[in-house]
Amino acid sequence: MRYVLRRLGFFVATLWACLTINFVLPRLMPGNPAIAMMSRFKGRINGQALKALEVAFGVNNSESAIRQYFGYLGNTLTGHFGTSLTFFPDSVSKVVFSALPWTIGLVGITTVLAFIAGTLVGMAAAWRRGGVLDSVLPPLFVIISAFPYFFLALMGLLLFSVTLHWLPLGFGYTNTDTPALSWHFIGDVLSHALLPGMVILITSIGGWVLTMRNNMISTLSEDYVRMARAKGLSPARIMFAYAGRNAVLPNLTGFAMSLGFVVSGAILVEYVFSYPGVGYMLLAAVENEDYALMQTLFLFITVAVLIAILVMDFVTMALDPRARTQS
Amino acid sequence: MSTAALSGSALPGAKTPLGRFRTGTVGGLARAISSNRKATAGLVILVVFCFLAAFPGVVAHDNPHAEIFAPALGPSAAHLLGTDAYGQDLFAQLIYSTRESLLIALVAGLLATVLSVIVGVTAAYIGGLVDNVLSLVTDIFLVIPAFPLIVVIAAYSKNGGDPILIAVLVVTGWSYGARQLRVQALSIRDRDFLVAARLRGERRWRVIVSEMLPTMTSLIVAIFLGTTLYAIVAAAGLQFVGLGNPDTLSWGTMLYWAQNNEALQAGSPLWAIMPGVCIAMLGAAFALLNYAFDEVSNPALRPVRRRRK
Repeated sequence: MRYVLRRLGFFVATLWACLTINFVLPRLMPGNPAIAMMSRFKGRINGQALKALEVAFGVNNSESAIRQYFGYLGNTLTGHFGTSLTFFPDSVSKVVFSALPWTIGLVGITTVLAFIAGTLVGMAAAWRRGGVLDSVLPPLFVIISAFPYFFLALMGLLLFSVTLHWLPLGFGYTNTDTPALSWHFIGDVLSHALLPGMVILITSIGGWVLTMRNNMISTLSEDYVRMARAKGLSPARIMFAYAGRNAVLPNLTGFAMSLGFVVSGAILVEYVFSYPGVGYMLLAAVENEDYALMQTLFLFITVAVLIAILVMDFVTMALDPRARTQS
Repeated sequence: MSTAALSGSALPGAKTPLGRFRTGTVGGLARAISSNRKATAGLVILVVFCFLAAFPGVVAHDNPHAEIFAPALGPSAAHLLGTDAYGQDLFAQLIYSTRESLLIALVAGLLATVLSVIVGVTAAYIGGLVDNVLSLVTDIFLVIPAFPLIVVIAAYSKNGGDPILIAVLVVTGWSYGARQLRVQALSIRDRDFLVAARLRGERRWRVIVSEMLPTMTSLIVAIFLGTTLYAIVAAAGLQFVGLGNPDTLSWGTMLYWAQNNEALQAGSPLWAIMPGVCIAMLGAAFALLNYAFDEVSNPALRPVRRRRK
């Protein structure tokens, strides 16, 4: 129970840190960039939206910084993120929620797939030390892991879309289609997601394979594995329930850390493919100096990562009795 | 941050022979590198890039900034990689870009490593409340997705130039190493030689700097390799989306201009391919060195020969 409370406490602390970063950053920069942005938009947006922006960024505001801070926290926690300038007059929340399903569909599914596949491959590689998997895959993945995601995305685009014309050039679905729940539309969405999905899968799977292989090598030399062998348990049982189960534990913690890395790469993949997800929106917001949208997207990305980490904590608890009883 | 660095983390420092590079560091390191194929490959690539960064004019004879040639030429003897849409020689651009890309990565990697050493070792050595606070800060920075944070900071400080870029990379890149170092420092904190140093009456910072840090050299080097790899990829990504300084010459900005001019669709794919290949090669050099370093410091991970029956 204390483990759960501690993890929840960490969740809250990180969320608070992220909110504070959002609040402090624009005020920290020389010549408050929000003022420059607002003077550019003066006359183009209505007074009410401008007022909301002024409150959010502390412009023309005689209130003390502390009151501004609590006003901002209150607004954010109650879901008042302001108005988007890029997609004016839509509210920021509307824009974010239109982008979320695309990213969760693309990045969420590929990340889970990559984690499961990578863990299994790493397990198999360590199980047969010196086998084909073990000698070919690790160096290969080391090199692939150095490739920037967006570069692989560009190469995929060049090969499959520009040269071979097998797959579409970008965006989430064919622009002329109207979104509807039909087989045709679903197929269209899938064909648009295939290439970005593959890029994320290929670049992120390597990390799981490598860490899992290295952990597994350590656990395989443990006494309890030798004991299991001596008892004559089936190899599959030793591999999954003895060595694998213990080797995956550090990997689950690693998942939490690497997730931010995957999400970061996915943002650039979305950008290359003009995929209408959160990452693409984030960069669009940056380009249009739409700070309200930018901050909210940053917040949502962090929250998504935090939730994933929390889920992993619960999985760790299910797999590791020590986490349940200790501390 | 990097996947290769992660593989090292899976095995906490306690298992690595701490004193491996303590004496005769240079000789030991040279022997370790030359006896490991991955390390040799990584080092050769790195040396070539360092040479290009120092003397770009020796290899590329054209002025990379001059817009004097016919635009969008294909590769030829005069223009090995052709020219871009502005009539600049792509080969010269590529070679002259090495310096900035390498410099940003190395400086950011170095500063982030220093920061992680300071935070990680301080937390472990002083302990108590300081440790709790520093660990919490480390974990928070570890978990907040770095790239969105970089984008946000860079967006507020548009066109701040390379110092801002480096600062951003350091802020987002130090936490991983700090955590690893803290774990290792904790594990050696109460070893006899440190107790002896304290009993001798050495000052605290002296114990840390001249007794503790030398034993942690191998982990610190590994962290430097990992953070530099991270800085290479992250800097390229930032420059690619236009958050670097687009007027300077680096591989990331080359990609930015290539993307802006739709180089892939417009029939000059080399414009986008070559800077990407260079980034990947430089990244691979550090990844290989890092991976080899894992093998050197942890013999269990070395490749095994298949037993013949």
